[in-house]
Amino acid sequence: MGKAKLEKALHEKIKSNQNIFAPYIMAGDGGLDILEERINFIQDCGASAIELGIPFSDPVADGPTIQEAGIRALDNGTTLTNVLETLQSTKENRSIPIVIMTYLNPILVYGIEKFAKDAANAGVDGIIIPDLPMEEEHIISPSLSDHDIAFVRLAAMTSPKERLVELAKRSEGFLYAVAVNGTTGARTKHDTNVTSYLDDLKKYSDVPVLAGFGVSNSEQAHALSKHCDGVIVGSKIVQLLHEKQFKEVNRLIQESILAEVKS
Amino acid sequence: MTAYTMPDKTGKYGDFGGRFVPELLMPAVLELEEEYETAMKDPDFTSKLNYYLKQYIGRETPLYFAEQLTKNLGGAKVYLKREDLNHTGAHKINNTIGQALLTARMGKKKVVAETGAGQHGVATATVCALLDLECIVFMGEEDIRRQKLNVFRMELLGAEVRSVSQGSGTLKDAVNEALRYWVNHVEDTHYIIGSVVGPHPFPKIVRDLQSVIGSETKKQIMEQNGKLPEAVVACVGGGSNAMGMFYPFIEDKDVALFGVEAGGAGIETNKHAATLSGGDIGVLHGTMTYLLQDEHGQIEEASSISAGLDYPGVGPEHSHLHETNRVTYTSITDEEALDAFQYLSKTEGIIPALESSHAVAYAMKLAPEMSPDETIVICLSGRGDKDVEQVKDRIGGEL
Ligand SMILES: Cc1ncc(COP(=O)(O)O)c(C=O)c1O
Repeated sequence: MGKAKLEKALHEKIKSNQNIFAPYIMAGDGGLDILEERINFIQDCGASAIELGIPFSDPVADGPTIQEAGIRALDNGTTLTNVLETLQSTKENRSIPIVIMTYLNPILVYGIEKFAKDAANAGVDGIIIPDLPMEEEHIISPSLSDHDIAFVRLAAMTSPKERLVELAKRSEGFLYAVAVNGTTGARTKHDTNVTSYLDDLKKYSDVPVLAGFGVSNSEQAHALSKHCDGVIVGSKIVQLLHEKQFKEVNRLIQESILAEVKS
Repeated sequence: MTAYTMPDKTGKYGDFGGRFVPELLMPAVLELEEEYETAMKDPDFTSKLNYYLKQYIGRETPLYFAEQLTKNLGGAKVYLKREDLNHTGAHKINNTIGQALLTARMGKKKVVAETGAGQHGVATATVCALLDLECIVFMGEEDIRRQKLNVFRMELLGAEVRSVSQGSGTLKDAVNEALRYWVNHVEDTHYIIGSVVGPHPFPKIVRDLQSVIGSETKKQIMEQNGKLPEAVVACVGGGSNAMGMFYPFIEDKDVALFGVEAGGAGIETNKHAATLSGGDIGVLHGTMTYLLQDEHGQIEEASSISAGLDYPGVGPEHSHLHETNRVTYTSITDEEALDAFQYLSKTEGIIPALESSHAVAYAMKLAPEMSPDETIVICLSGRGDKDVEQVKDRIGGEL
């Protein structure tokens, strides 16, 4: 369970020469009663892990699509508490690793130690906290480590080399390479300097490197996956799920993981 | 009292403060800290800053003995620190001039800011015009409605005002959008935050730049009255005028410090902006501090007649000064502030900003309980011209 499960799942994909694909979905968008169904659907599409977003009132790292999904989820009464309860009661029915992505404040108010314990019990394998840089992470890292939850660090293109090296060294499960200088949101292409950034991170990191932010189609997924281990797709998936375009979701995942000629 | 040395190297004020921002912003935040520390040690920079404070903004501002007010209240002598007489009509420009000079020093040509009442937006647009910087100001939809004239002023000054419709369309939402804009343009843009909030080093930079208020007050009250005041009162939104006023007095433990938050319709109604009286600890906009939030950690909307106090957080240093009891935080309701707004206008011929009216209202309660040989200083953070229309709507035919 936990960190080991996430690492094993990702390494199996890499070994079988697939690109990793981790979709982001907003917990409670469409109601929490469909969360299990959504997770199973994504799992059946062939995704490697799920990044499960917890809605927050003030998501400053997010663009409009994820902001709106968060508002819908909050309007549905979604809380960190009821998301963990839902994950707990459905954990026997899934095999795909779950990585929670949440801003810090809901965890702080929930209680850090209680969160780590309850998340581990609910079958959460990893966690990403976009507003918690290295300088502040000591408030939660011991609790996550006690409960065997992978603490995924985020790297940015603005980070100087020393920070990238340190982030890569600390990251668990995988390293999240933020691939744009901006907030989340679908874009059709990335800056050219993203490739050398990913190449560098691959050199520094012992865990898989996944590129996220701004990825919205399989061409981008392939292009980026040549320089790292795969991608995370947020806004595009959130939008397609909201519009109930399930075939499109399936196609995007299937095409992206296809092991093209990956030298 | 031992020397007050907050914040520590990591930007903490006791348990509060810090830098809770995405990695993408960390390099900018670290660079800003370094630039700021070297700039403040550079005589070229500080003399330029002092030049503009004096010749452009009009400092020092008077410390005015409010004789009529004192007589009417029948207690302590009341002095007003006239920040309303600064260029642009509020204390906000003490901060924006310093940060704009810092922007130029860092070689950046663009500035983003948020604004509530529009005062910080105007103060930012003004110094950007002065120093030839591009300026974008995010402002909540509701605040744009409440403060139409300030929107036009910013546009006259050459700034672009962007309306924010998310949330309740007030200050918190404008900060979110300004932060997102900064995330997207960090390489060529500086964020001039409007109060002692946000990630380190912003709360320190803004406090330091605003502390000219307290330093002048201390010197002036000694000259005029021969002793330090018994009480100092300031309103607290994010808390920059209060921090600037309080900071030079922190080690003078016989000076009682009072921070006045916006009580809105009353703390018991939940429609207020009194973060320290009615909130609890969390992280918002890059800092750990007291917040208005629900039991799941979702931030709640603040509510106040005064757009500049309508913020569900408060500067981390205020949270620290609250926990250590160095400052007493209280609140004043919309109604009380409206009364004080009219009262000061009639007794002294000074129309205060609605924000500052909260401080005036509290001092009006305090003064009668004190003796005539004691003194109170009120930080009159801004003038009320911007609020006249709103007050007229609110009190209707009562005038
Ligand atoms: C005149 C005036 N006073 C006070 C404030 C509140 O801000 P702070 O608490 O940072 O001084 C504002 C904010 O717009 C203002 O315009």
